[in-house]
Amino acid sequence: MPSAKLELRSIAMVFSSSAGAVDALTPVSFAIEEGSFVSVIGPSGCGKSTLFNIIAGLQAPSGGSVVIDDEDATGTIGRVGYMLQKDLLLPWRTVLDNVVLGMEIKGVSRQRAHATALPYLARYGLGGFEHRYPRELSGGMRQRAALLRTLLLDTDVILLDEPFGALDAQTRASMQEWLLQLWADFRKTVVFVTHDVDEAIYLSDEIVVMSARPGRVVDRIAVPLARPRPRLITNAREFIAIKERCLDHLAPPVAECAA
Amino acid sequence: MRRFAGFRFPSVFLGHRAYRRLPVQHEWAPRWIMAAQILLVVALIGGWQAAASWKIIDPFFWSQPSAIWHTLTLFFLKGDAVTDIAYTFEATIIGFVVGTIAGSLLGLSFWWSRNYAAIVQPFIICFESIPKLALAPLIILIFGIGMTSKVAIAVALTVVVSTLTTYAGVKAVDPDSERLFYSLGASRFQVFRKLVIPAVMPWTISVLRVNIGLALTGAIVGEFISSQHGLGREILYAGQTYDIALVWVAVLVLAAFSMIMYVAVSQLEKLLRKGVAH
Ligand SMILES: Nc1ncnc2c1ncn2[C@@H]1O[C@H](COP(=O)(O)OP(=O)(O)O)[C@@H](O)[C@H]1O
Ligand SMILES: [Mg+2]
Repeated sequence: MPSAKLELRSIAMVFSSSAGAVDALTPVSFAIEEGSFVSVIGPSGCGKSTLFNIIAGLQAPSGGSVVIDDEDATGTIGRVGYMLQKDLLLPWRTVLDNVVLGMEIKGVSRQRAHATALPYLARYGLGGFEHRYPRELSGGMRQRAALLRTLLLDTDVILLDEPFGALDAQTRASMQEWLLQLWADFRKTVVFVTHDVDEAIYLSDEIVVMSARPGRVVDRIAVPLARPRPRLITNAREFIAIKERCLDHLAPPVAECAA
Repeated sequence: MRRFAGFRFPSVFLGHRAYRRLPVQHEWAPRWIMAAQILLVVALIGGWQAAASWKIIDPFFWSQPSAIWHTLTLFFLKGDAVTDIAYTFEATIIGFVVGTIAGSLLGLSFWWSRNYAAIVQPFIICFESIPKLALAPLIILIFGIGMTSKVAIAVALTVVVSTLTTYAGVKAVDPDSERLFYSLGASRFQVFRKLVIPAVMPWTISVLRVNIGLALTGAIVGEFISSQHGLGREILYAGQTYDIALVWVAVLVLAAFSMIMYVAVSQLEKLLRKGVAH
């Protein structure tokens, strides 16, 4: 049995402010196998981004621990690649210089970082844009650059927080293919947040469903569809069954809402 | 109904004639604009000269263009023009550079500690709200009547603007970008060097043009109060001796000098902006 790459042990988060305490996460626990693609879905405000911040070490949890490779990684930074909701490309850097930022921070010389990054840019659809500035790029291109920046940090685990949320449907579809290609090439463990159920099923090996605030895991759904998956798999019976199960959790019956 | 059958709206409310056209301004060719400007200057100088000749205005207090021209040539050929300009120039530039750099560094330093920023900030605001020129006599007493006191006044005027603007830039650094850096495993120093400084640069640069004007004001006021050289001293001295033509000459030279510096700083700003963007 493959070992767990990333394990969350009873992660809890309470935000306290003058207005009172907000329970963002009640103990959340799950483990993710090495090399798998796991999506997290849940209503807006259920604590998905908070969970990612905790895994990335940017926020201390109120309780619990993050375990990576059987080591306590709570509160350590630079250990997982994290792509935040915005692309956050630096406007004063070229695409190439943006993409090598992670390596630069790790102390790799610019020259070596450039040499490493250039083939990737060419291979993953940014060829010819290396020396352009982010403002000259389309939304899809910017997302690609941001994702490559995350990947080139060379961490085993990658967290992606709604990376395609702001893209139009067509760009989104091509970005999904692109991401799967990257995942197949790099063999990373990916945790992916999205609010699009179709996207989650299409991409993932497993889906973690979270409840509305305070966030907790209400279901874990395996997606046993063979890869590579055709685009029209969305019409397949198994696909629809998984989708119904997801939507059941996300949209409670009307009567329950009114109560 | 019938009673109103005879009533009709005035035709202007009906039909297309009621609609306005988009107002369009016809722009003149640049040479016509230039010609108009030259004409304006000539008219102003001519009118002044005429009014002084016909005693419509008192030439003793107002002086007149011909006398000013005469004094101007004297000022440059026999007078202290070069010494005065160099003196004022030096005080202004040193004050500008020191004030801007010190202010920018101070503003940037606030990024390092929120506690330190919170403690120091009220004092900066307080210093900002004091009319710095009111301190000028004190500064002269402390730093003497030489160049140092002029520089000090220029620094006092420029440093606060730079500090506050740079600090505003520091506060505007996107916290998400900061988190991105930390998620990549950056140290605080790396965040400072690779994110904060480049992000704040445009703010720092944006005050250069304001600061060059302030530095010049500071230098001139310092010379007003007590000095042996400089355009400010020339103006004060000429005024006290009722040499109105010389006052005008010094003011004109000062204006020309100030415009040249303004243009130079604008060029510098463009250059720096390019440097930051690339
Ligand atoms: N720094 C904070 N202080 C107080 N409340 C916060 C803070 N960050 C997030 N929250 C709250 O925690 C909840 C979860 O937020 P978030 O993780 O951004 O949700 P999601 O990404 O699932 O939409 C939200 O209700 C939000 O208002
Ligand atoms: Mg979120």
